[in-house]
Amino acid sequence: MRGAATPTLVRVLRLDRTTYDAIVAHAKRDHPDEACGIVAGPEGSDRATRHVAMVNAAGSPTFYEFDATDLLRLYQEMDAKDEEPVVIYHSHTATEAYPSRTDIGLASEPNAHYVLVSTREHGNSEGPVEFRSYRIVDGDVTEEDVDIEESRG
Amino acid sequence: MVEVRIPTILRTYTGGEKAVDASGTTLGALVDDLEANHPGIKERLVEDSGELRRFVNVYVDDEDVRFTGGLGTELSDGAQVVILPAVAGG
Repeated sequence: MRGAATPTLVRVLRLDRTTYDAIVAHAKRDHPDEACGIVAGPEGSDRATRHVAMVNAAGSPTFYEFDATDLLRLYQEMDAKDEEPVVIYHSHTATEAYPSRTDIGLASEPNAHYVLVSTREHGNSEGPVEFRSYRIVDGDVTEEDVDIEESRG
Repeated sequence: MVEVRIPTILRTYTGGEKAVDASGTTLGALVDDLEANHPGIKERLVEDSGELRRFVNVYVDDEDVRFTGGLGTELSDGAQVVILPAVAGG
């Protein structure tokens, strides 16, 4: 079938409030350097359940990179738990929460939600941040909605 | 034989397999053997200059090959090779 009947896959990132808050806190803490990390979840589930804050080995306001040894440990741990990186996040500390050319060029998890947090407005202080999510596949960037679910219990 | 763990982004070259067997006494020879069976994969790992790509991490028995001789790293039979693209950006 073609035309109007073609289904469109609507993507949305669902995150619980606790994980969202932890990512924002991490970004604020590391400002003015970029913060980075992942939220792992059961393979194929698209559920982001386990937040792992990573060290930015680049220690830079304009670049981030997971330490190579930490990266191996992280993937081994996810393998052992049948998890995958559901969210890969990092912060921009002087620019908007939109993937840079470098972000797009280096994105290598086509199934992940790439989250960008911008701390340019309030830095380490209280105050709102820009928090946006994208799919990045073969150099194509598609923004998606972020749905924060209030934690239960 | 050496088991090579393939990251998601490169599984298009391995028919979706997460791990494949390959042979070689050095990492460089192993990459050539991978290329013979999974054409196109070498270009994703190695620069035209012959160096490993900056944003691809390769580990032999949990050691980052940047510290063990790069593509010259020797492989023993039964070694485990893990390929992971860097998680990085600007």
